[in-house]
Amino acid sequence: MSATVDTKAPPARSGLLAVARAPGWVRYALLAAGLLVALWLPNGLYPAVAVDILCWALFAVSVDLLLGFTGLMSFGHAAFWGTSAYLTGLVAIHAGLPFPAAVLAGALGAALLALPIGYLAVKRTGIYFAMVTLAFAQMVYYVANEWRSVTQGENGLQGVPRAFFGADLTDDYYFYYAILPIVLLGLFAAWRIVHSPFGRVLVGIRDNPARARALGYPVHRYKLTAFVLSGFLAGLGGGLFAVGHRFVSLDVLHWTTSGKAVIVVVLGGIGTLWGGVLGAALVVRLEDWLSFSGFEAIGLVTGGIFVLVVLLFRRGVWGTVAHLLRRRGAARRE
Amino acid sequence: MSGFLQNTFNGLVGGAFYALLALGLAVIFGMLRVVNFAHGAFYMLGAFGAYVLLAEAGVPFWAALVIMPLALGLLGMVLERAVIHRLTRLDPLYNFLLTFGLTLILQDLVKSRYGVQSSPYATPAGLTGSVDFGLFDFPAYRVFILGFTVLLCVAVWWVLGRTRIGMVVRAATERPELTRAFGIDVGKWVTPVFGFGIALAGLAGVLAAPMRAVNPLMGADLIIVVFAVVVIGGLGSIFGSVAAGFGIGLIQAWGEAYLSDYPLVSQTVVFVVMAAVLLWRPAGLFGREEAPA
Repeated sequence: MSATVDTKAPPARSGLLAVARAPGWVRYALLAAGLLVALWLPNGLYPAVAVDILCWALFAVSVDLLLGFTGLMSFGHAAFWGTSAYLTGLVAIHAGLPFPAAVLAGALGAALLALPIGYLAVKRTGIYFAMVTLAFAQMVYYVANEWRSVTQGENGLQGVPRAFFGADLTDDYYFYYAILPIVLLGLFAAWRIVHSPFGRVLVGIRDNPARARALGYPVHRYKLTAFVLSGFLAGLGGGLFAVGHRFVSLDVLHWTTSGKAVIVVVLGGIGTLWGGVLGAALVVRLEDWLSFSGFEAIGLVTGGIFVLVVLLFRRGVWGTVAHLLRRRGAARRE
Repeated sequence: MSGFLQNTFNGLVGGAFYALLALGLAVIFGMLRVVNFAHGAFYMLGAFGAYVLLAEAGVPFWAALVIMPLALGLLGMVLERAVIHRLTRLDPLYNFLLTFGLTLILQDLVKSRYGVQSSPYATPAGLTGSVDFGLFDFPAYRVFILGFTVLLCVAVWWVLGRTRIGMVVRAATERPELTRAFGIDVGKWVTPVFGFGIALAGLAGVLAAPMRAVNPLMGADLIIVVFAVVVIGGLGSIFGSVAAGFGIGLIQAWGEAYLSDYPLVSQTVVFVVMAAVLLWRPAGLFGREEAPA
């Protein structure tokens, strides 16, 4: 009931400083391993699944930027993911631009939408913030549902092209390598933001908003900036998702999509950034496996994971690893 | 004039459902600091339970109106003891996530057993006709819903305002720390109050069964609207939640009637009102500013 809102099971400064404190060679080794896995991925999984993992990784990292580093749980991020998916689809279909330009247009549109929604939402904190973002995202969903001339309503946008300077990207395997640089750029941007002076202020706001305000930081403006940046990143993921599936349906805007993004982050580890990437890989892979094995009630499993993770595994995968490493490091120093 | 009265009446009936759900959310939030995402799923279970009782055991509406809230209230109490309780000391966001997961589970359980198409539920005998109000007449069942809900709200009102338990709930809702400081054992009341909130959702569901399509997703989008309603009213205020529920019901019905060419208006008006409230009184119309965070 205290005034400060602690959104993490582990103490603040979990992943952020843990990784920063790890010796340099460990960090480079992890980075190299991650890049190798990313380069190998479509050889080990269905390329279409690998593409989905990349898109969801961006989505999760965008949510974690707010949840883990600003202390704001957005439960309406489908609004940005989905708006960008539709915009990207429309631009790709009607303007015939190469797909990265269409995705950029979609992401910018998502950031633009994040401005008014964020402006209103950051007036509240904690659970209210979650409810407000959820409600506004639902409003966007209703608009898309009614505005059939643009979104094609129930039918969805069909035939989103993968134009790229005449290159043939119809095969998901090649498309994966076409979008990998964009995704890595997005992830790097998130990492840069978190480790910049601006990101430090965000963490300060997360840990103690009153102190941040007392130090003279315009807290609302910082939160809003983070919200818009996060909306842009989510939009980047949503746009790539639209081109990847060649099809956009109303699902991309539904609140279940927002919720899934949050659970991906919690499963990976709140406030760890890379945890979101891991969480995305796990959840997308699992859902693909379930639908492949003909299992109908996917919500049952997703919901079950939700409940179990929240009850028993609040640090998430990456958070647990970082925590164990920290404990070992502390033990060695004593 | 009679048309306007008819629309107003309809709005109050729609608002009655929001009010019942918002009331349950508010008392639960007051006692536990938990925002129950699964509230819409319990509303759906109430409606579905009534349908299954009638279709498979021949249990009439009036019996279901008693059985379902009691059964769901008990289920809610078990749930509170088993899982919710473990997370109440943590950030409220964790319970929000937990109940979100629960919503997916409950919806899918019902979906996998009964499919997604809507099941019809006959209007209970004795309430099939319409009531003549002079200027207009109105389906008897809807008159019953409105009367019943208003009575229920008044009853809850009386309990909260006039009894010891009500005093504890109000005190814990408005000033949790102070209530504890007075030596009142708030913890003792937590489980029954959670059960009561869930029972209200189940009751709303049974009432909805003859009026609305009974299907596994009937509570899915409704709960989001109810969240907007409690943000408008102010979650810390029980009166505010009920008033906002009826108010939004009215605005939606008027929007449907007078702007019928724009269905989007009645769907989104609640969110527009929420945006306006956030600009003007961020804590909600009847809420008080929380401790600055």
